[in-house]
Amino acid sequence: MTPDARAPALQARLLLLLLLAPALLWLLGLIVLPHVELALLSLRSRVAPRVYEFSLRQFGTFFGEPLYWHTFVRTAVMSIVATAFTLLLAFPIAWTVAKLARGRKRALLFMLCMIPFWVSETVRTLGWTILLRESGVLPALLVWAGLAPAPPELLYHDATILVGLVYTSLLFMVVPLIGALDSLDDSLIEAAYNLGGSGPSILRRIVIPHAAPGIVAGCIVVFMLTLGNYLTPTLLGGKNSLWFTEQIYTQFITRFNWEQGAAFGFLLLILSTLIVWLGLKLSGQRFGDVMRQA
Amino acid sequence: MARGSFFSILGPSGCGKTTLLRMIAGFTSPDAGDILIGGRSMHGVAPNRRPVNMVFQHLALFPMMDVGENVAYGLTQRGMARDEISRRVGQMLERVGLSGAQAKRVDQLSGGQKQRVAIARSLVLEPTLLLLDEPLGALDLKLREHMKIELKQLQAAFGTTFVYITHDQSEALVLSDHVAVMNRGAFEQVGSPQALYYEPKTPFVAGFVGANNRFAGRATAVDGGRVTLASDAGLVLHARASDRIAVGDAVEAFVRPEVASLARDEAELPADLPRYRGQVASLLFDGASSAVLLREAVSQSEIRIALPQTGRFADLRVGESVAFGFDPQRAVCFAARA
Repeated sequence: MTPDARAPALQARLLLLLLLAPALLWLLGLIVLPHVELALLSLRSRVAPRVYEFSLRQFGTFFGEPLYWHTFVRTAVMSIVATAFTLLLAFPIAWTVAKLARGRKRALLFMLCMIPFWVSETVRTLGWTILLRESGVLPALLVWAGLAPAPPELLYHDATILVGLVYTSLLFMVVPLIGALDSLDDSLIEAAYNLGGSGPSILRRIVIPHAAPGIVAGCIVVFMLTLGNYLTPTLLGGKNSLWFTEQIYTQFITRFNWEQGAAFGFLLLILSTLIVWLGLKLSGQRFGDVMRQA
Repeated sequence: MARGSFFSILGPSGCGKTTLLRMIAGFTSPDAGDILIGGRSMHGVAPNRRPVNMVFQHLALFPMMDVGENVAYGLTQRGMARDEISRRVGQMLERVGLSGAQAKRVDQLSGGQKQRVAIARSLVLEPTLLLLDEPLGALDLKLREHMKIELKQLQAAFGTTFVYITHDQSEALVLSDHVAVMNRGAFEQVGSPQALYYEPKTPFVAGFVGANNRFAGRATAVDGGRVTLASDAGLVLHARASDRIAVGDAVEAFVRPEVASLARDEAELPADLPRYRGQVASLLFDGASSAVLLREAVSQSEIRIALPQTGRFADLRVGESVAFGFDPQRAVCFAARA
């Protein structure tokens, strides 16, 4: 090949690199570098002022102290439950938007899902506290309706945390589900119905297999957001929330124990990676297909 | 419609064929009236409870299942035992010429094979009625020709009543025992393909089924069943009256391309027929169904005439002047509809 013929190819490659540069810089500067730093932090311990040596003490502390790993497991389980509830709630919404609504009604419904997200998460969550606290709207309503003798405290329960988490995550489940259901040809559903299929069987054998990449995509996004959420569990769960991100926060900010905080951060990363991998394996989905839906 | 027959509904796009089919299948319910299948009213019967199965326009095979599961789907829904299902699926695939294809994925099949799977998937349920919604529409021409024959053979072999909707008249004519021609939501005429072709009852049927030359004009003389009319362009011709027609009525006459005969020399045409002269405007070569487009000498109206297959006119050139004539008994005339 002559140099002249090679020049355009080289140019194209340079252009691609240039286009990718912001994303690569972002990844390197904000994700990779801090994580390398965190990894180093988590694996050292202070033996004297400004003297550090390699140690696994932080990880030992995690397993030695029941509060830490209880919180860890609790966060994982609650996140999975929240993801499941979000899916159950989002599916009918996505179905209505993708299959039943047409034209303006469809746009309107989608808007209704979007609108709460124009408000900051803090304000939204505080909205929940106004509704649910002892002197709030809902307890007052319960007393007025004669369902409770005195206003009950609805905040600081696990259920309250779940409600908040599901509410916060809903949109991130609805969007990939709408995409997945939209691409399902209506005539497949009609054909199944015509061949004697009942509603539940069509859902199980036609709709869910088709929408599986979208379902898994939504679940991964929601699970990660929930697991890493700090604000909602803290505001709605108070001291009882025992969310793992709070432990990380405490280590970094209150205790000023960066080594411990870094170790916790890494453990959370490993946990989310593991559960996502397990979810993909159990649902038989490939990561590539799922990401295309997300 | 008769049990075990091949019944087609033919009509232009948007005439209501698909709506009618969806009503029979139960996806849409009629505003008024009722649908009877095997003497039983289908009012309020859900699509999954009707003795009717449908082959969809784009087939709608389930891509998430293999061929065997596709065919087995309906039987599984009936809660049939597993080995009975696999026996019937095997049998059905064998009958449509796809034996042993159970484990194939749907996207591995060719267009014709998909078609057969779609039919097998419906027929395995032994429906009273099989509805087909233009299933050949998406295929290319060669395959369509081939599938036409295959469909007819399948219908004959299974003896199930087929209701086939199409806008392609050749499909309807070739395949069916009976054809209903539909226009603007109503049946114009129901009959055998031959009856529709040779004895159309309405101008729409005459114009829609097969090629036809249409002349609109006024009746100038009526003699029993024979009408003389002058077309708007000034062509005078004779035709058999299909309706009650009076002198001065607005009428439409139809002359099939193969009814007219062509001659270079006027004397070759039968002496008792009206004769015309015309100039060749263009030649429409299409193998066995070649035709010539003539411009009639007096009125300049265009008329399409089939070329005889003897090859006698193979050397015909554009611009040449020829004679033609046709038997008025084989041309048909209707009172024009307002």
